[in-house]
Amino acid sequence: MDEIAIRSSEQNGLHLHLCNTDKFKTISIMLTMKSPLQKDLITARALIPHILNGGSKNYPNHKLIKQKLDEMYGATLSPDIKKDGDDHIISFTMEIPAAQYLNVTNALLKSALDLLHDIVYSPVLENGVFHSSIVEQEKRSLKQRLASMYNEKMLYASVRLIEEMFEGEPYQLPAYGSEKDIDSLNDLSIYQIYEDLLQNDRFDLYIVGAFDEDEVKLMVHDVFSEQHNNKPVNTISPARKDRNGIKIIQDKQDVNQGRLLLGYRTYSTIQDEDFQATRLANAIFGRYPSSKLFINVREKKSLAYFVFSQLESNKGLLLTMAGIDFDNYERAVEIIREQEYAMKEGNFTEDEVEQGKAMLINLLLEAYDTPLGIIDISIEAVDSGFSSNIVDQINRINRVSKSDVIRAANKWELDTIYFLNRKE
Amino acid sequence: MESMVYKRVQETIYYEKLTNGLEVFILPKKGFHKTFATFTTKYGSVDNKFSTPGNNCATQVPDGIAHFLEHKMFESEKVDVFHTFAKQGAFVNAFTSFTRTAYTFSATSNINNNLTALLDFVQEPYFTDENVEKEKGIIEQEIKMYQDSPDWRARFGILENMYKSHPVKVDIAGTITSINQITKEDLFTCYNTFYHPNNMLLFVIGPVVPEEVIRLIRNNQNQKTFREPTEIHRIYPEEEAKVNRRSSIMKLPVETPKVLIGYKESNPKRQGQDMLKYELSLNVLLELMFGNSSEAYEKMYNNGYLDETFTFDYTNEQGFGFSVIGGNSQEPEKLINIVDETIVGFKKKSIKKEDVQRVIKKEMGNFLRAINSSQFIANQFTRYRFNKMDLFEILPTLENLIEKELEEVLHQHFSDISRTTLIVKGD
Repeated sequence: MDEIAIRSSEQNGLHLHLCNTDKFKTISIMLTMKSPLQKDLITARALIPHILNGGSKNYPNHKLIKQKLDEMYGATLSPDIKKDGDDHIISFTMEIPAAQYLNVTNALLKSALDLLHDIVYSPVLENGVFHSSIVEQEKRSLKQRLASMYNEKMLYASVRLIEEMFEGEPYQLPAYGSEKDIDSLNDLSIYQIYEDLLQNDRFDLYIVGAFDEDEVKLMVHDVFSEQHNNKPVNTISPARKDRNGIKIIQDKQDVNQGRLLLGYRTYSTIQDEDFQATRLANAIFGRYPSSKLFINVREKKSLAYFVFSQLESNKGLLLTMAGIDFDNYERAVEIIREQEYAMKEGNFTEDEVEQGKAMLINLLLEAYDTPLGIIDISIEAVDSGFSSNIVDQINRINRVSKSDVIRAANKWELDTIYFLNRKE
Repeated sequence: MESMVYKRVQETIYYEKLTNGLEVFILPKKGFHKTFATFTTKYGSVDNKFSTPGNNCATQVPDGIAHFLEHKMFESEKVDVFHTFAKQGAFVNAFTSFTRTAYTFSATSNINNNLTALLDFVQEPYFTDENVEKEKGIIEQEIKMYQDSPDWRARFGILENMYKSHPVKVDIAGTITSINQITKEDLFTCYNTFYHPNNMLLFVIGPVVPEEVIRLIRNNQNQKTFREPTEIHRIYPEEEAKVNRRSSIMKLPVETPKVLIGYKESNPKRQGQDMLKYELSLNVLLELMFGNSSEAYEKMYNNGYLDETFTFDYTNEQGFGFSVIGGNSQEPEKLINIVDETIVGFKKKSIKKEDVQRVIKKEMGNFLRAINSSQFIANQFTRYRFNKMDLFEILPTLENLIEKELEEVLHQHFSDISRTTLIVKGD
C-alpha cells in the first residue's frame, strides 16, 4: 500500500498540515479558523468569510478577485462556515491546477497563498472598518441563504431537530447565523469581531498535492507572517440530558412527503476510545443500503424511498432520517426503534460485523483518493488526537468486537423525534 | 486490446470491443485505492418509443420505465444484490438520466468478485408481478421527494416551456400515474431491447492491471449467450426550433422566487468532434456572459438580483439540447432583463480575445479539477463515447477555440424564437 503521510508543523503559531502526493491534477488548500460557538457571535462570524471574499486591498471587489482566479487557470476559492461539535469554523478552500498539466512553467501555489492571505488579512476598508456596501450586500445574501434553506426540506428538518434536541446548549445554535440578528449588525460591529477572530481563533492550514515540502513551509512562514494564537484543541464537552422521556416535535408545511428524524445521544465522540465501535454500530444499524434500516424500512415494508442514519462525530449525535408517507409515521417510528433494540440486544451476526468493518475500511481508503478526503482525515486527526496513519486507522477498526458494538449501542438514548408533516 | 495514450493528462486507456459487442475501457490509476466501475446502457428516460427490425410497429412504453427498470435490476432470484457487494466491501449504486442508465460500484478490495457481481446482476433480470408491484410504493415516494424540491420542479417547468412533446420534458422517474401502468412484460421488452451488450459500455478505473481485468470480463461474457445484436430505432417526436411557451409562472411554496431563462437547441443533431466543439463553445460563451467575473454577474450581484444559487449550464444530447440560466432572485423580471440585454449586447459587438483567453484558462482548470475524480472520468467518458466524442480531447479543443467560431455559435443558439422564461413564486 502506498503510504500517504500528513506532516504537521507550526509556522508563527499557525498549524500547517502538508500532504505531498502526485496523485492529483490539482493542489488543494484549506484554511480554517475555529472558535467555540457563541450566541452573540454566530451571525457576524457567518458573514465574515463572505465579506472578506467581497474585496481585499489588492483586489478591492468581487469581480477583480474572480478575474484573478480565472487568470490562475480557474483556481477556486470558496468561503464557508460550519459547526463541528461545539466549535464554529470559518473556512476558505482553494484548488489550483497542478502546473505540470498546463503549458506553463510558473507555480501557481505561491500566487494562491498570496491571494488567500490578502483576502483573510487585508480586507478592503472604509474609515478603518469593513466597506459598508459589501457588508450590506452580504447581509442581504445571508438573508436569502437562510430563506432558501427553507426549500431544502431535509436540511430544514435536521436544523429543527437539532434546535429542539439541544435546547439551551451551544450546539443548538445554527452555524449559518440567525435571521433576527442580521439587521442589528453593521460594518463596525462585524469588524470588531473580525479583529478579535484574528487574535483568538485557532488557525489550521491544510495543503494537499505535489510540491516541495521545505519550500512550502518557508512560503507559508513568509506569507502568513502574523503571529497566530497557538490554541490547543478543545476537549469535547460531554453531552448532557436533563430531560426525562422523549421529546416529540411536529411541524407542518406544504410538503408532498413527510420527513421523519430521530435524534439519539450516543455518549461517544471522536475523542473517545469506543468511537470506532460506535461507528461500526452505526454501519450495521443505518448508514448503508445493506444496513438494518434500509432493509427493514424500505426493502421489506416499502415505507420509504430513503432511510439512513448518520453520526455527528464531534458531538455524540446519531440521526436517523427517512422520507415517508404521512400516514406511516407510527409504523416507521416503530420499525426504526425495533432496529435500535436489535442493535442493543446484539441481534446481528458476526457477518454483519465483518461487513460493517469492510465498509468502514473501504470508506477510509476511498477518502485517501480525493484531496478533500485527505483534508478531512487530517482534520479528524487534529480533533481526535488519534494517529492519522492509515495502518493505525485500519487496526483501530479491525480491533472492534461484536460485544464492543453491543456496548456502544446500549449507550444510545433516543432524545427527540421530529416529524415534518403536511398542512391539513 | 488497444491502448490510447493521452500525454497531456498523463493517462493511458486500454480498450477492447468484445465479440458480443460490449465496449470495455480500462484506465489504470497508480497510487489510488479505489476501483470504480460503471456498466452503462445507452438507454434513458427519453427512449420511450422505439422499434427493432423484426418488429415493424413501434413500441410505446410508460414514462419513467428506464428508471423503474434500474430499480428492478437490483432484484435477483438467488442473491441479495446489496448484500453481495457489501460483503465484498463494495458500494453499489445506479442512476438514470435522459439518455443513460448506469450501474456502478466502488471498492478497495475484491475487485474481481465485484466486477463479476456487477456484470451478473445487470445481465440477469428477475422481474415478477409481485416485485414489480412492491416497487411502485418506493418509486412513488421518490417522485414525491423530488416534487418537494422547487429546483427540480422548476427545471422540468422550463423544459415543458421549451418542448411540445419531446419526452425530455417529463420527470426521469415518470409520474405516479405512468409508473402505475408499468408491468413485468414492459420491463422485459425494454430490457431485451436496450440491455444487449452491443448497446452497453463498461468502464473500469483504479489500481488495476488491464490484462487481468479484460481476461476476467471476456471469460464472464463468454459464459453467457446473447442473441445477435439488432439495430435499435429510437423514435422521438419532431420538435421545431420554436419554443412551446414563451413564458410561464409556477406557484410553489418558496420563500425566495426563482427565475430561469432557457434556450432550446435548434439543431440537436451534432455528434463527434463537431459536437464537442459546439458544446465547449457554448460553455465558454455562457461563462463569458454570465460567469462570476462577468459584467452582467457583477451588475446583478451588486443590485441584489441574484444569490449563490445563480448558475447556468448547457445540456446537449442526440435529439435535444438546451441552455438554462438562473437561480433564486428577489427581482425575477429585472434579472431576465439583464440576461436579455447581455445576450443582445454580445451579439452586437465582437468578442474580445483577452476575455476569451481568460475564460478558456478557467475552463481548462475546471476540467483538470474534475478529472481528479474517478467517478467523473468513468461517467463522462461514457457519455462522450455514446456521442462519438472523446473526453480527453477537451483540453486541446478548448485551446483551439477562436472568437470567430464562438460568435457563430452565439448567433445560432441564442435566437429569439428559442427563448423561454419561467418564474417560480410563492402562493
